[in-house]
Amino acid sequence: MIDREQVLHVASLARLDLSDVEIDRMASELSDVLVHIEKMGELDLEGVEATTHVIDVVNVLRADEPEPCLPVEVVLAQAPEPAAGGFGVPSPVA
Amino acid sequence: MHDLIELTAAAAAERVRAGEIDSAELFDAYRSRAAADELNAFTWLAGGPPAQAPGRDAPLGGVPLAVKDLFCTEGVPSQAGSRILEGYRPPYTATVVAQLAAAGAPLLGKTNQDEFAMGSSNENSAYGPVLNPWDRSRVPGGSSGGSAAAVAAGLAPWAIGTDTGGSIRQPAALCGIVGLKPTYGACSRYGMIAFASSLDQAGPLTRNVTDAALLLRHMVGHDRRDSTSIAFPGGIDLPRSEDLTGIRLGVPEELSGDGIEQGVLDSFNATLRLAEGLGASIEPCRLAHAPHALSAYYVIAPAEASANLARFDGVRYGLRVDAEDLTEMYRRTRATGFGAEVKRRIMLGTYALSSGYYDAYYGTAQKVRTKIAEDFRDAFTRFDFIVTPTSPWTAFELGSRTADPYAMYLNDFCTVPMPLAGIPAISIPSGLSDGLPVGFQLAGPAFSENRMLAVAHALEGAIGFDASRARR
Repeated sequence: MIDREQVLHVASLARLDLSDVEIDRMASELSDVLVHIEKMGELDLEGVEATTHVIDVVNVLRADEPEPCLPVEVVLAQAPEPAAGGFGVPSPVA
Repeated sequence: MHDLIELTAAAAAERVRAGEIDSAELFDAYRSRAAADELNAFTWLAGGPPAQAPGRDAPLGGVPLAVKDLFCTEGVPSQAGSRILEGYRPPYTATVVAQLAAAGAPLLGKTNQDEFAMGSSNENSAYGPVLNPWDRSRVPGGSSGGSAAAVAAGLAPWAIGTDTGGSIRQPAALCGIVGLKPTYGACSRYGMIAFASSLDQAGPLTRNVTDAALLLRHMVGHDRRDSTSIAFPGGIDLPRSEDLTGIRLGVPEELSGDGIEQGVLDSFNATLRLAEGLGASIEPCRLAHAPHALSAYYVIAPAEASANLARFDGVRYGLRVDAEDLTEMYRRTRATGFGAEVKRRIMLGTYALSSGYYDAYYGTAQKVRTKIAEDFRDAFTRFDFIVTPTSPWTAFELGSRTADPYAMYLNDFCTVPMPLAGIPAISIPSGLSDGLPVGFQLAGPAFSENRMLAVAHALEGAIGFDASRARR
């Protein structure tokens, strides 16, 4: 059902490198799982509303008031490459 | 010292408050047991009791708490069972952990889990599998396997975990303890590393129902940092009920027949007879869409996960694998940092949400979810609670189900319908089958936790499950 090409397309959307072995395994495992999932298609769901939230809550609002946030140095302490008070990253274009 | 370990958490808290036990001594007793952990239940242990001992009036009496590694704890490793978060020490603490510490349950340690809570056997942890204290060749269940094993083995007096499709209830069942998944919104999700945001809930894993109620009492509440959280109406009471007169229990044929192991069914049926003996009425009922819950769940949860796990990109925290350009850095970091099951779910979720497939998968799954919630609503017009086995089988051998992903997903068969409907459910031990614990599940309407705990308490008394063997 799902072939190598589709796996590569989805992996690219998910920003995930897969090895050759992983690509083949993913194609077969996802196909197997989808066979079970697609049994949902047998149900008559005409006119059924999709659930967006399970508990009856709408529009939870609060006042938009500024408050202190974590200090920059505390947040950057966990970063792989802190740079100039921000997060260092490789160039978006090689 | 062994006597201390034999006290339930609520009893220990009571003794501390009465001045009969020193809370630091209690902490050290558990800490030394946890330090000798042979089950791989813990990924981090506190050095000792908190410098500031909880006051004598602290309701939880300084009884130490094991916390699933999915919860952020300030300055303490919070790795969610993943290589991609190895060494991550968050700059803040999850609301429920902070609430419990404030109520007098200090952090004992962080517990092992399936990576990002994806799994039912704890074999998907980057930090190795957890062993079941009833039989070390078997899994403890998952994803909160470390919390369940630690409580069952007496390495911790109580623990918290998270449940998305069964991750509290199933390991509780397989380890012979109590596990409760609250109503969606009852507990704040702030600081819980997100898996599937519309399903995730924190909850207690404890030795008995009273401990679960006591812990839950201090977990619930509205949190301004989680807009889906709701103040729990009236709060949580400690259960006292000893009988079930007038309680109507519905047994859904879809979740109590085909595919359930015989030994589990025997224990389930024996528990139904006990319930009848206590005055409950038992009748069959239908949850017609329940057999499709697993399909809906394995679309919705991976779809939400694929979005939530986009944040692990090697930029702000955790692992980075260097590359020439930004996209390649993302791809390599995620390829190295995520394990096989997490990759599978990200792929499944991304596929289900991708252009051309969205309606067929995600749209359909959300409609099935509506039907499942309707089935429960209808059932609750005739019944107070729906009861099922928690897990279709008892603890299985390590490695015996890893080859086939769907076979592993079947573990969640009886536990996924409830989170899809947002309703609470509890698993209590109902007995042994071939020497391994069996779980009995009760599910009730949203915010019915107090009545559910009362029924579970009465049943627990009648069952009289003896879990002491797992603590030796």
